[in-house]
Amino acid sequence: MRYLPKSPSERQEMLASIGTRSIEELFTSIPEKFRLRAPLDLPGPLSESEIIQYFQARAAENARGYVSFLGAGVYQHLRSVAADALIQRGEFLTSYTPYQAEFAQGTLTAIFEFQTLMCQITGQEVANASMYDGSTALTEAVLMAERLTSRRHVLVARSVHPEYRQVLHTYAKNLGLEIEEIGYTASGQLDRAALKPETLARTAAVVVQSPNFFGVLEEIPALAEVAHASGALLVTAITEAVSLGIVRPPAEADIVAMEGQAFGIPPSYGGPYVGVIATRDKFVRQMPGRLAGQTTDAAGNRGFVLTLATREQHIRREKATSNICTNEALYALAATIHLCLIGKEGLREQALQNLAKARFAQSELEKIPGVRRVFTGPTFNEFSLEFPRSVKMINAELLREKIIGPFALGTQFPELTKRAVICVTETTPRAEIERFAAAVRRILEKPV
Amino acid sequence: MNPKLTDLDSPAKNVGKARAHVSQNEGLIFEQSAPGKRGMELPPLDVPAIDPAKALGSQHTRDAIEGFPEVSEIEVIRHFTRLSTWNYAIDLGMYPLGSCTMKYNPRVNEFVARLDGLATEHPEQPAEVSQGCLRILHDLQKCLLSITGMDAATLQPAAGAQGELTGLLMIRAYLESQGNPRHKVLIPDSAHGTNPASVVIAGYEVQNIKSNSRGQIDTDHLREFVTDDVAALMLTNPSTLGVFEERIAEIAAILHERGALLYMDGANMNALAGVTRPGDFGVDVMHLNLHKTFSTPHGGGGPGAGPVLAKKILEPFLPVPVVVQKPDGTYALDHNRPKSVGRVRAFAGNFGVLLRALAYTLAYGPGIRQATEDAVLNANYIRKNLEPYFDLPYNLPSMHEVVFSDARQKTKGVNTMDIAKRLIDYGFHPYTTAFPLIVPGAMMIEPTESESKQECDLFIDAMRSIAAEADATPDLVKTAPHSTRVGRLDEVAAARKPVLRWKPA
Repeated sequence: MRYLPKSPSERQEMLASIGTRSIEELFTSIPEKFRLRAPLDLPGPLSESEIIQYFQARAAENARGYVSFLGAGVYQHLRSVAADALIQRGEFLTSYTPYQAEFAQGTLTAIFEFQTLMCQITGQEVANASMYDGSTALTEAVLMAERLTSRRHVLVARSVHPEYRQVLHTYAKNLGLEIEEIGYTASGQLDRAALKPETLARTAAVVVQSPNFFGVLEEIPALAEVAHASGALLVTAITEAVSLGIVRPPAEADIVAMEGQAFGIPPSYGGPYVGVIATRDKFVRQMPGRLAGQTTDAAGNRGFVLTLATREQHIRREKATSNICTNEALYALAATIHLCLIGKEGLREQALQNLAKARFAQSELEKIPGVRRVFTGPTFNEFSLEFPRSVKMINAELLREKIIGPFALGTQFPELTKRAVICVTETTPRAEIERFAAAVRRILEKPV
Repeated sequence: MNPKLTDLDSPAKNVGKARAHVSQNEGLIFEQSAPGKRGMELPPLDVPAIDPAKALGSQHTRDAIEGFPEVSEIEVIRHFTRLSTWNYAIDLGMYPLGSCTMKYNPRVNEFVARLDGLATEHPEQPAEVSQGCLRILHDLQKCLLSITGMDAATLQPAAGAQGELTGLLMIRAYLESQGNPRHKVLIPDSAHGTNPASVVIAGYEVQNIKSNSRGQIDTDHLREFVTDDVAALMLTNPSTLGVFEERIAEIAAILHERGALLYMDGANMNALAGVTRPGDFGVDVMHLNLHKTFSTPHGGGGPGAGPVLAKKILEPFLPVPVVVQKPDGTYALDHNRPKSVGRVRAFAGNFGVLLRALAYTLAYGPGIRQATEDAVLNANYIRKNLEPYFDLPYNLPSMHEVVFSDARQKTKGVNTMDIAKRLIDYGFHPYTTAFPLIVPGAMMIEPTESESKQECDLFIDAMRSIAAEADATPDLVKTAPHSTRVGRLDEVAAARKPVLRWKPA
């Protein structure tokens, strides 16, 4: 077998040198009745070309060559070949967690750069080496707020990604956290009137997403002021990280939980992605996850090490800030390289293109009779529209034209049927936007 | 700016280190940044441009990001390529890290993960155009169920620790459905730190139980510990000493008699795949680490995946959605799961990692047993050859890993960390130091099946040599490593005054 570097005679040699005659002798500590006598029922073995064939066949069964207007937490953005080439270098790809710092300065230096970039982008003071994804980063941010305030009540905007809220609920229900949801107004933003001081006085965190699930930007400074006035923290989730190319970062938030997928990481049917937690320096000891810190060796050379490990599971065990161990290091590296390539001006330009294309798409769609904007608040590259007919029906028709239609809000918000969130990024050509709008118009003109 | 090029005439700074070389003095990317440089261009905008301040309001717009890098493509390639040369990696040589299973990461897996039609798919797109993705998930589930001998699977958890949490949540939900979720989970003192940390997040109380003199579960006293208030025992098998729990059937029986469940941490599955199945020896629920046993790359600390496999009784409680095959043969994500513990992360899982694990499994097929046999052979070969030089605290049959201690070398003031650091000078990554906690001065060695006899022999020679050095010239070992770009780094200073980001001067 091509992954096994031993010849049959070498196996015999090694067995002989241990003083055993057969490999079975090395498994006698397993009770006999549990030792398998027959090979497992598994497909294969396949040669390399057969493996490729299998996966190519699977790829052909998906949406290759379709244009998509889906956002909803995962975004089709430009990626760079250079970044993908670099993360395939064996020294990055096949390297272990950098516990032995002298032998892993490549990984540790890159983590330090990632932490720096995340602070610069989010307007926060410290960021960790990554979490699994945005949804678990948000959950851990809420748990962090609970530890920091010693309060059990959490106010979560309904306009936070439904799946993120579901994950939070899964974790929270066993930890005695009380999650209360707050609605939205006509602007699509959090209903600030629903934030009562007497409730906030026992609230650990107010949780919002910006741009939110409807695509609308929240008023972060005002929300922070209201939360802080009652001793609550403001936790802000960000699913569309490219928005930070032109959108003001949530600097007034206490903890930012971001999904970094938009920074050059392919959609890959849901993962792997890269979660980010960024916060104030004063909260660092309650942060989950790994942190790379700068230091020196005896000769005064700069180097980096994993630090403040007393927060983590391998040291503190049941008293750790989190159980997280393996995170998303390679994709934090991918995001780091991507951001270095796209750079200061490039990220801004990319964000501007997203805004422009989304506004163009919105104006084209709003020309269709019966299609109306849902919310009045400002949007980046996702916006919500109301349609005269069922989004499910429209999307089924669009699929036949190799167009993946927008997210049907009615599936997650029963009060928002016939409404959808459309996402347009810099990767959607104008001609495709026009084709999409023409298709929607045609579908809506068909007799019922 | 960059750390100064060391003076070639200065002996202190240059002994054994290639510091003067340009690739060894690479600074941070921010230190190479200059206004106007860029590494990526966008196609021109094909719709009318929009002024963000007008469109969003000036309160919602930002200035350009302060300190953000401005560098060219060549500088990025050089920077990260140079950084990569400071790393050790499986592609370079053995990582004898116990319980980490650092095996070869097959390159075809990288190729298929990047295919157009797989890397490009959106998790919310309709099932009709996701049949390829869903079949990959379903096929992997079938393989993992076959390997573990279990009945139900979830591929959602993003890592082993998250798998542990998911399994514990399923246990809780099951016990709740039986009338009483109970309060405690038993954890042996040899357990990985994620185990107790996960228990706490699941809302349970940790009860640590001491291993017996053989480093195994104290089955004689287990009956006392398993009260009606114990939900489960979390067990790693083989243990973190690399030893199979010989009385596993009895352990499972004791738990089941009291209505408690047996959770298995599958981190050491590399000793079992194809040889035995946890589902056969009494495990109710377990996780696997795909970035260990199933070859998906470590990438410096992730991504991973921690699928959970369970017995039928726990099936109703699987996280939602569940990947199913419908009667008509098509695949779907089933959201109609009223007893589910809920969702543990957005979307269906770390698909790219799951895909790689399937590619690995397909490469071996039923021959996966050979990998397990080679892993156990390598560990025993290394053990036999190192026994004359290092203390073996638990003289029990080793499976895929062996744990020595630094007891002999300690008499000369040399400890496990020193030996580990000196191993770097021989071109090997250190073994796992100071774990498991039940072995003071632990040296946990797991070669995996990816090591040839030659590589094992080189490792043995290196360890033998260090043992001799520890005896004759202990200071050489205590001040190692000597051959890396940086010497031992001051971790105390790093924690005392943390500097966790770069800032402009």
